[in-house]
Amino acid sequence: MLKVHQIDVFYGNIQALKGVSLEVQEGEIVTLIGANGAGKSTLLKTLSGLLKPKKGTIQYLENSIAGKPAQSIVKAGISHVPEGRRVFANMTVEENLQLGAYLRKDLQGVKQDFERVYELFPRLLERKKQLSGTLSGGEQQMLAMGRAIMAKPKLLLLDEPSMGLAPLMVKTIFSIIEEINRAGTTILLVEQNAHMALSIANRAYVIETGSVVASGPAAELQASEQIKEAYLGGL
Amino acid sequence: MKKVKGFWIYVVLSVVIYGVVQLLINGGILNPFYANTLIFIGINIILAVSLHLVIGITGQFSIGHAGFLAVGAYISAIITMKFQLPFPLALLAGGIVAALAGLLVGIPSLRLKGDYLAIATLGFGEIIRIVFLNIDYVGGASGMQVTHLTTWTYTFICLFITITVITNFTNSRHGRACISVRENEIAADAMGINTTYYKVVAFALGSFFAGIAGGLFAHNFYIIQPGNFGFLKSFDILIFVVLGGLGSLSGSVIAAILLTVVSTFLQDYPETRMIIYSVVLVLVMLYRPQGLMGTREVTDLFGKWKGPKGGNSYGK
Repeated sequence: MLKVHQIDVFYGNIQALKGVSLEVQEGEIVTLIGANGAGKSTLLKTLSGLLKPKKGTIQYLENSIAGKPAQSIVKAGISHVPEGRRVFANMTVEENLQLGAYLRKDLQGVKQDFERVYELFPRLLERKKQLSGTLSGGEQQMLAMGRAIMAKPKLLLLDEPSMGLAPLMVKTIFSIIEEINRAGTTILLVEQNAHMALSIANRAYVIETGSVVASGPAAELQASEQIKEAYLGGL
Repeated sequence: MKKVKGFWIYVVLSVVIYGVVQLLINGGILNPFYANTLIFIGINIILAVSLHLVIGITGQFSIGHAGFLAVGAYISAIITMKFQLPFPLALLAGGIVAALAGLLVGIPSLRLKGDYLAIATLGFGEIIRIVFLNIDYVGGASGMQVTHLTTWTYTFICLFITITVITNFTNSRHGRACISVRENEIAADAMGINTTYYKVVAFALGSFFAGIAGGLFAHNFYIIQPGNFGFLKSFDILIFVVLGGLGSLSGSVIAAILLTVVSTFLQDYPETRMIIYSVVLVLVMLYRPQGLMGTREVTDLFGKWKGPKGGNSYGK
């Protein structure tokens, strides 16, 4: 469904991604692990159109989306949950979700998805009228994910959903990610919590200073000595 | 249903205010000085509300609003004085040209953020002033003679249109998009909102109404000079918005009324005027740093009708 081929991305003169290629099949959970500054978030931002690749191609459902503006990528069905949640703090939970469905015209479908989001995240229903800035970190993460689901994506890009959350909340979030995936949304997950990410993913890519250094089925990578030492803290 | 009812209350209230003031002016109960103060208040409200759209709603810190005021003033004055065309047409033309100026400045400079945007817009305001200073066609430094055409009726109609349009814009899906730009630009981008487009739209719409205010302003003072549109004027408008509370339309209206009244009545004490004016500002900033209204609206106080919402009404 998504095929990234040899992309180079720069921040000014600094090259953040060097010839990165990766592939995501429909229905999968693919995870991208790596240390700080490896280029994980850069890759997601490039996929969702917030950054433009200097070289290389991005193929999504037969169309090239490299360098397209963010709004047309969202329209095509790729939704990005940015790192650090970034909810609209002075808006209510409901208004945040409404903005997620900003590009959609099918009011009936939007209404159904409101129900679906509240079903996935009952906490959000309880706090429907609350300002999202007053939610806890975990709830904000739920809201950011719910907001992205409101765009009815075929492919959901998640950037570090476990960041700064309590272990119990991380578990909840990850089980919800699996649930979203079972309902038919393909997921590309960026994580530093490699252990957690590998345990729910089908396949994984390991990225280091802007290049992919390893890839394969998640279970295989989880068993590999090298990966264990470098990313799993010898677990 | 509630919204429709609220709208009619608003219309009726506006007509009543207009009618009462007009009767008072016609009956000679309100002397020309006070009538003129009311017109001036109206113009300042239009300016405050138009800047509120740019700063309060869309979160783009622009401090060159007097530039658009100047464009509107000169263009409308040229149309009535040089071409002898009717006043309403001049107002409209002033607004449109100011909006075009807004587009021209907005498209390149709205890529900038925070301080940089402020500097760019400040620079634009000064450029406009200096351009008019050097055009002999409009009188250069000595200014341009303008007939007095602005009446309470014109002012009120323009004010009504400004508030109605900006309120509806804010409450629409476009307004929500603008607020999301203010709240978090990256997330707004990721949601598929064309952030640059909305910034430019808000900026152009704000400039349009500033241009209309310029037309009213020019035809209220017999003479316009480039000196009227310096950066201090921009700051005056900025103060209305900040004092009223960023994100609150009614806040900027209240602040515009309050500060215009204060500065008008302090005109008799020119030595102490600026001191008292500053003290008022310092006190407000000390005791209500979020502005008079915060992000709330007057209508929230009544609970029933959710009026113009600048983001939220659930307290901060």
